[in-house]
Amino acid sequence: MDTLLVLPILIPLATAALTLIAARALRIQRALSFAGMASLLITGVVILLHVDEHGIAVAQAGGWAAPYGITLVADRLSALLVTAAGVVGLATTVFTGFSLDRRRERASFYPLLNVLLMGVCGSFLTGDLFNLYVCFEVMLMASFVLLTLGGTRAQLEGGLKYLILNLVSSAIFLTAGGLLYRAVGTLNMADIAEQVAAYPDTGLMDTLAMLFLVAFGLKAAMFPFFFWLPASYHTPPPVVSAVFAGLLSKVGVYALLRTFTMMFTGHLAFTHTVLAVLACATMIAGVLGAVAQMEIRRILSFQIVSSIGFLILGLALMSKIALAGAVFYLLHNIVVKTNLFFLAGVIEKLRGHGDLRRLGGLWRERPVLSVLFLVSALSLAGIPPLSGFWAKLVLLRAGLEGEWYWAIGIAVVVALLTLYSMTKIWALAFWKDAPPNEFAFTGRERDVREKSARRAMLPVVALTVVTVAIGFLAGPIFEMALATAEQLLDPSQYVTAVLGGVS
Amino acid sequence: MESWLAIVVGFMYAAGFFMLLRRSLMKVIIGLSIFTHGANLLLFTAGNVTRVGDGVQLPIVPHGAAALTGAYADPLPQALVLTAIVISFGIQAFALVLVRRAYQAVGSDDLDRMTSTDTEEGALLHELPRRRGSVRGFLPWRRTRAA
Amino acid sequence: MNQSSIVLGTAVRLMLPVLLVYSLFLLQRGHHAPGGGFVGGLVAAAAFSLVALSDGPGRARRILRVQPLRLMGLGLLVAAGSGVVGLIWGDAFLQGIWPKWAYLPVIGKIGTPFTFDVGVFMVVLGFALEVFFTLLEDE
Repeated sequence: MDTLLVLPILIPLATAALTLIAARALRIQRALSFAGMASLLITGVVILLHVDEHGIAVAQAGGWAAPYGITLVADRLSALLVTAAGVVGLATTVFTGFSLDRRRERASFYPLLNVLLMGVCGSFLTGDLFNLYVCFEVMLMASFVLLTLGGTRAQLEGGLKYLILNLVSSAIFLTAGGLLYRAVGTLNMADIAEQVAAYPDTGLMDTLAMLFLVAFGLKAAMFPFFFWLPASYHTPPPVVSAVFAGLLSKVGVYALLRTFTMMFTGHLAFTHTVLAVLACATMIAGVLGAVAQMEIRRILSFQIVSSIGFLILGLALMSKIALAGAVFYLLHNIVVKTNLFFLAGVIEKLRGHGDLRRLGGLWRERPVLSVLFLVSALSLAGIPPLSGFWAKLVLLRAGLEGEWYWAIGIAVVVALLTLYSMTKIWALAFWKDAPPNEFAFTGRERDVREKSARRAMLPVVALTVVTVAIGFLAGPIFEMALATAEQLLDPSQYVTAVLGGVS
Repeated sequence: MESWLAIVVGFMYAAGFFMLLRRSLMKVIIGLSIFTHGANLLLFTAGNVTRVGDGVQLPIVPHGAAALTGAYADPLPQALVLTAIVISFGIQAFALVLVRRAYQAVGSDDLDRMTSTDTEEGALLHELPRRRGSVRGFLPWRRTRAA
Repeated sequence: MNQSSIVLGTAVRLMLPVLLVYSLFLLQRGHHAPGGGFVGGLVAAAAFSLVALSDGPGRARRILRVQPLRLMGLGLLVAAGSGVVGLIWGDAFLQGIWPKWAYLPVIGKIGTPFTFDVGVFMVVLGFALEVFFTLLEDE
């Protein structure tokens, strides 16, 4: 039990250390990273099965009992997300080997990727607020370097914007944590949940809830705080954008899910109305940005913002079906977003850029690539029977049941605009004829790029299969999401598992 | 004592935010560091500042005893502050290097001139120039070995 | 750094061993008294940085012998490894294990918290030097 919960943190840490030591040998680094990610994925699945059978799993680091020691907790949500992180990590490692330029790959890319995964998995598993902060910082540190690796001008500028806003968010998180500690005298999340519920001054708790909302909202790219994301996510190589899009912004959403289903549930009429309004604003802002852009990865970056809005809407509705929808959407979105950025990477590899005005004719030239793109794009837009459709359907139904008609109206419009922006990519990059004066690679350069793009299709195909599988296995996965939502709505399970029913 | 600390914390937050709103990147980083240290001080203050003279013990179990008896100071906030300081040390070191690199690349530390992420349409912003050694600094902190 | 002052160079040559021993002292002292891997690592990094300032980073790298990044990797491994020891022979990850036989004359008892600190020492030393050297080499 203890071993199992420590492994998702230990495996990436050990891999990072070993790849740092093997700095000169690229092949060894690739193999190590692949093995590490594969075992991470397997661990995730094992934890998931374990949690499914025996309920919430808890490990106390150092043997100090909660609430004094550092606790690692895996409920269904954590287990699902660790598994998803394993999938993304594995696909990313393979895609890196096939697509990234050697200079970046050699400059400690794999250690950084593994440290990033360690921070992500740590955030998913920790049961301690301060530890969450530490894991955030580990993850951010790695992401800063990954984002600016190579040091081109745009990367440096985007990296600075990303760094400054995330540091502000960390300081606000620290402030909120300090004030909460002063109020309730504990940092263990289960313990906090009990103490906050019993705290007499609800005004203070509402204030703290808003501070946490700002801190996590900044990381998740929620409405008034999302500007850093589209300013930085399109600057690094596509593989970096992909892993950021798939995992990094979702960690902020996970933190929001934890905080607002477990800790601050005393004043739903206030906190969750704020969440709903911000969620709708996030969706609108994101999708309008996406509609206005003319470059593939910029469009996708704004789409991330919009899908964050959908996720938070599920949290704001706070019913069993809504949370199940959010969990389903989270899983679907992690896979599809990563895959779309991979596809953008393949296109950029083939054509040297991702500008829709200068692209064209990809359907005639590369039917397989086009079909793979179409599957992911339609899945993101929510066309049946693909995974995104079920996720959005469930969320809409939850909204109707909760009588949040205005939010549902906005969500439907946003879904249509999402479809429009994905269609725009399809029509301009794939369907339209190639512009007459299009720049084309020739000779050896072209061969190298073609070969690299062909190989890079491997993880793309794998992730597309996962997407389609999520769509066709929607029944069982939705059952799991429902069980996850049940666990989220009943924090007493979590509290009993961590504190052992002592307090 | 605590109210004094609270005033100082408030002052540091104000100063930090003021500096964060400046256009010069260096001032923004200084603002960030003041802001972060304000948060650290707040964490310290949040742990009930006490003094040994007031009948409160150090939170260290004396030799031979099994556990602490009586009132003792809360050790946790200090551990937290220490961790937070270490983290902010690392990140600020990185931030400084990044600012320096950006200054070299842009030729200015004015944030209003750092707009190439929004304005450079249709370019591959991560593409490295073909000639070796022409990018200054590959890892943000590492110089490329010129061929 | 094309020219260095004689005063600095001489002082550094005298200070280097003292600082390194002092950093080890801080590391050893850390378990029960103020000190520890982080401070020790910073002091050691300061020692090598002084050499880099007076005689250039190339000389400092030669004295260090290990690449800073590799030192970081080793340190991570040592720290993670001492956590795993608690997992295997104890009850929980990162649990402190103090074997009875592990005793060295000057240092005292050796246990996993100490080896963890050694790991931290290496990581801090590696990180600080990697940043400092490359900033200097960039001049």
